[in-house]
Amino acid sequence: MLGRSSRVPAPVPTYFDQSVTSEDSIGIGAGTITGRIIAVRKGQSIQDAVGKANSGDLIRIYPGVYNETVYIDKDNISIQGVIENGEWPTLDGQKTMNDAILYSGSGTLVENMKITNYKGNGIMGQAGNNYVIRNNWIIDAGVYGIFPQFGKNGLVERNILTGIADAAIYIGMCDNVDVRFNEVYGNVAGIEIENSRHALVEYNYTHDNTGGILAFLTQGLPIKTCYDVIIRNNYVYNNNHDNFGAEGSAVSHIPKGTGILIMAADDVTLENNIVSGNDNAGITITDYAFAGVDNANDPESEPNSDRIVLLDNFMENNGNNPVDDVKALMITKLSRQGPDIIAVGGGVGSCIANPGRYRTFGVDNFASCQVRETRRIISYMLERPVAPRAIALSEKGKMTYFGVCSGCHAYSTRLVGPPVVTIQALYKNNPRGIVDYITRPIHKRDDYPEMPPQDYLTDDTRQAVGEYMLTITR
Amino acid sequence: MMRILIFVLGLCMVLVYQFSSRDKKQHAFTLCATCPPGFELTNDNRCVLRNLYQQYESGTGDDTGVGGLKTALTSARDGFTPQQIDLGRYLFFDPVLSKDGSVSCATCHNPEKGFSDGLKTSVGIGQKKLKRGAPSLWNVAFLKKFFWDARATSLEQQMEGPLYAENEMGTTRELLLQLLNQIPAYQNLFDQAFPARESGSIELAEIYTAIAAFESSLISLNSRYDQYAHGYHKALNHYEIEGLNIFRSFVARCAECHTPPLFTNQQLAVIGVSEPDGGPLDPGAEKTYHDETLRAAFKVPSLRNVARTAPYTHAGRFDTMREMVEFYTKGRGHEVPLDERLRIHWHIGKPQLSQYEMDRLVDFLKTLTDESFMPRIPEKLPSGIEIPQVASVQISSRIQKP
Repeated sequence: MLGRSSRVPAPVPTYFDQSVTSEDSIGIGAGTITGRIIAVRKGQSIQDAVGKANSGDLIRIYPGVYNETVYIDKDNISIQGVIENGEWPTLDGQKTMNDAILYSGSGTLVENMKITNYKGNGIMGQAGNNYVIRNNWIIDAGVYGIFPQFGKNGLVERNILTGIADAAIYIGMCDNVDVRFNEVYGNVAGIEIENSRHALVEYNYTHDNTGGILAFLTQGLPIKTCYDVIIRNNYVYNNNHDNFGAEGSAVSHIPKGTGILIMAADDVTLENNIVSGNDNAGITITDYAFAGVDNANDPESEPNSDRIVLLDNFMENNGNNPVDDVKALMITKLSRQGPDIIAVGGGVGSCIANPGRYRTFGVDNFASCQVRETRRIISYMLERPVAPRAIALSEKGKMTYFGVCSGCHAYSTRLVGPPVVTIQALYKNNPRGIVDYITRPIHKRDDYPEMPPQDYLTDDTRQAVGEYMLTITR
Repeated sequence: MMRILIFVLGLCMVLVYQFSSRDKKQHAFTLCATCPPGFELTNDNRCVLRNLYQQYESGTGDDTGVGGLKTALTSARDGFTPQQIDLGRYLFFDPVLSKDGSVSCATCHNPEKGFSDGLKTSVGIGQKKLKRGAPSLWNVAFLKKFFWDARATSLEQQMEGPLYAENEMGTTRELLLQLLNQIPAYQNLFDQAFPARESGSIELAEIYTAIAAFESSLISLNSRYDQYAHGYHKALNHYEIEGLNIFRSFVARCAECHTPPLFTNQQLAVIGVSEPDGGPLDPGAEKTYHDETLRAAFKVPSLRNVARTAPYTHAGRFDTMREMVEFYTKGRGHEVPLDERLRIHWHIGKPQLSQYEMDRLVDFLKTLTDESFMPRIPEKLPSGIEIPQVASVQISSRIQKP
C-alpha cells in the first residue's frame, strides 16, 4: 500500500485538457430576446402568456401572487420577474400544486421569480438545452428547488433556496453546467450533481443543510456516469440540519453534518473550498454502499469513486459530532473527533495535496496530486449554444412522408388513401396544392374515406412533405 | 371528439395464386417488395426507419433516447429487406411454429390487443397458464433488453424463449426446421427473402431474422401526444395537458422511469406489486443477474399504446390504468409481502395524488394510442393452417382528434 507521503504521482485527469473561453456565459443563448415582450400583471395568468408566446419572446412578470403551474413546451422562451420596491412576483402553489415551472424547450430563461409552497419542484426541466436559471428565490417548494434534467449547456446562478426536502439545486443527467453564486440553506441537500458530466460548482454558500454539496452516481438511471466535476471556492459551513428527506430517497441516508459528499462519481476535483463546522465529516468519499443506501444494483454502472483530486481546501472545526460508524472508524485512528476528510470503499487513482494539513481517514493510499490548480477551467458551459439538429427541408419532408403519411399512402398501391402516383398526377408542379389539401381536406372521392386534416404539422413541415411527395419514384 | 375509423385494406397487395397439383392444393406466395409504413426503401433494398423524432438531438449521452418532448429516440433495429419483413409477418401469424400447430406468436401478441393478449398471464400450448403477461410489441425495435426480467438482449435471442419453452409454443429446433422444410411454400418464401442463401434448406437464423424484421416494423409514433410534442399544442385538451404535467411532475414522478419519447428509460425497477391470486413472489431480474438486490425487479415497460394493453404489470395485477395509477399513490412497498425485503425503487413514494389527478393521468395515458401503422394479418398462411377468427377480423385503427 502506498503511504501518505508517497511521491507516486496520480494520473492527470483528462478534462484538464479541455479548451475553454474566458467569456463566461457566451455559450448560452437563453435570454436572447428576438421577439415581443409580453407583460403579465397581478390577476393575469403566466401560462396564458406562455401560450401566446413565440420563440424569442420575453414574458415579464410584475409583482403579485400567481397561483399556477407554468409549463413551457416551446423553445427560446424567457420568463423574467420584475421586482419593484422589493416586491417580488411570486408563484405560490398553496401546498396543493405540484410544480411551479416545468419546461422542455431549449433556450429557457427563468429569473427573478419568488417560488414557494409547491409539492414537487420549483423549476424543473425535462430536456431543454441552453438553459439559464438565475436570481430566483425559492422557499419550501417541494422535492427539488431547481432541477434541470437531460439538458446540455446550462447556468444556475445567484439563486437562494431553502426548505427543500431533497436537493435544493439538483443537476440530474445533464452535461456542461455551471452552478455558482447560489446560497442554499436549510435543505436536506444543498447542491447535488447527479449522473452529470462536466459540472463546475463554484462560489456557492451552502450552509445549515444536512449535506452541503454532493456529487453522486445513482444506479439504475439511463445515464451511467458522473464525471468531470469541479467543486471549488465554495463556502460549506455548518451543514448539521436534521435529515428530513423522504423515505427511500438517497439523500435520506446522508448523515447530518456532511460538508461535501462524493459517492461513486469519478474525476471530481475539490479546490479552495472553505469547509467548516460540519459535525460528521468535512469531505466524505465513498462507493455506492455508503450509509445504507439500499437501491437495487445496476450491473451497468461502476460503483466506486475513482480519480478524486483533493487540492488545497481550507478545513477546520469539522467532525464535532460524528455518526457512530464514523466514530468507530476514527477510534482506530485514536481520535474521538470526526475527520476533515474520510474515504471509504473502493476506488482507484485518487490523489491529495498536503494531506498533513487535515485530520483524515482512509486516504493513505491516495497519491500526491500532480495537478496544482484548476484555473484553466473557467467554465464548463459550451463556447456556443447547442444548436438544434440541422435538417434540410427535403429530409424533413422525407421524415414526415415515411413517418406519418405512409400509414395511409403507398407509392403505387392503394392503402387507406390514394397511391402517391395518383397524387403526383393531380398535383404536378403544385406542392402548394398538396399543402392546402392536407391542411383542410375536402372529401372528394366516395371510394376513399375522408382524410383527417394534417394541420398539426407546422407549415414548413407541410410544405416540405408536399414537395417531397412529388419527388418519390417508388 | 371526432373519431375516424380507417379500414386498413392492406399495405401490400399480396398475390395469392391458387392452383391444383396432382396431389394437393398449393398456394404460391409472393413477398411484398415495398417497406411497411414508417420505412424508406433504400437503393440496396433495405427498409430504413424514418420518423419525425429524427429531426431532434438525442438527450445527454450517446443514443440514450431519453429526455423531453423533442428528443431523438434511441437507435432502432432496421435495415431488413421488405421481403424479410413480409416473410416474418407470415411466420409471426403461423401456428406451424408450435409443436402441435395450435399457437403462433400472434396468439399472445395479438394485433387486436395491442400486440398483447388481454390476459393477466398468457396461455401457452395445451392451454397451459404461464407465469407472466405478454408484453406489447409496439416499438420493440427500440428496446435493448427483452422479457420482463431482461434476460435477452436481442429479438432473436428473445424468440428462442417462447418457441422452445414446453409450456409456450413447445417446439424444438429440430421439429421447427423439419416442419418448415416440408412446406414448399415456405421454401419458396425463404428463397425470396434470402436470395444469397447457399443451403437449400431453411435455417434457424433465417427464421429468427425474418421474425425480428417483422417485429421491428411495428412502429407507433403518431399519437396525439406526438402531435403535441412536435409543437401542435391543440392536439391535447386541457385535461390531457393537466395529465401530462402531473405525469412529469416530481410528485407523481411517472416520467422519471417512463421517460419520453419512448415512455420507458429501459431500466429495471422494483415497484413491489403483489402477485395476483396470492402466488409466490416472482423473483424477476434477481434470477437474470444472480443478484438479490434485483429481487422482484422488472423492466420498465413503454407506455405507448398502454390503453390497448390491459391488464397491467408482469402478471396482470391491475385491470385498468386507473387502478395501476392508484397503486403508485398508496405508499411505498404497501403490497410487499411481510417476509420479503425488497429494494423498492427510490421514485416510489407516497405522492398522495387526488382522485382528480389520477383521472387526469389516465386521460393523458390515453393520448399515447396510435395504431395507424397496423400491419395486415395474412389471409392465408403458407402452412395451410387456418388463422382462427381471421376471416372476421377487420383491423381498424383509430385516429383521434380532440
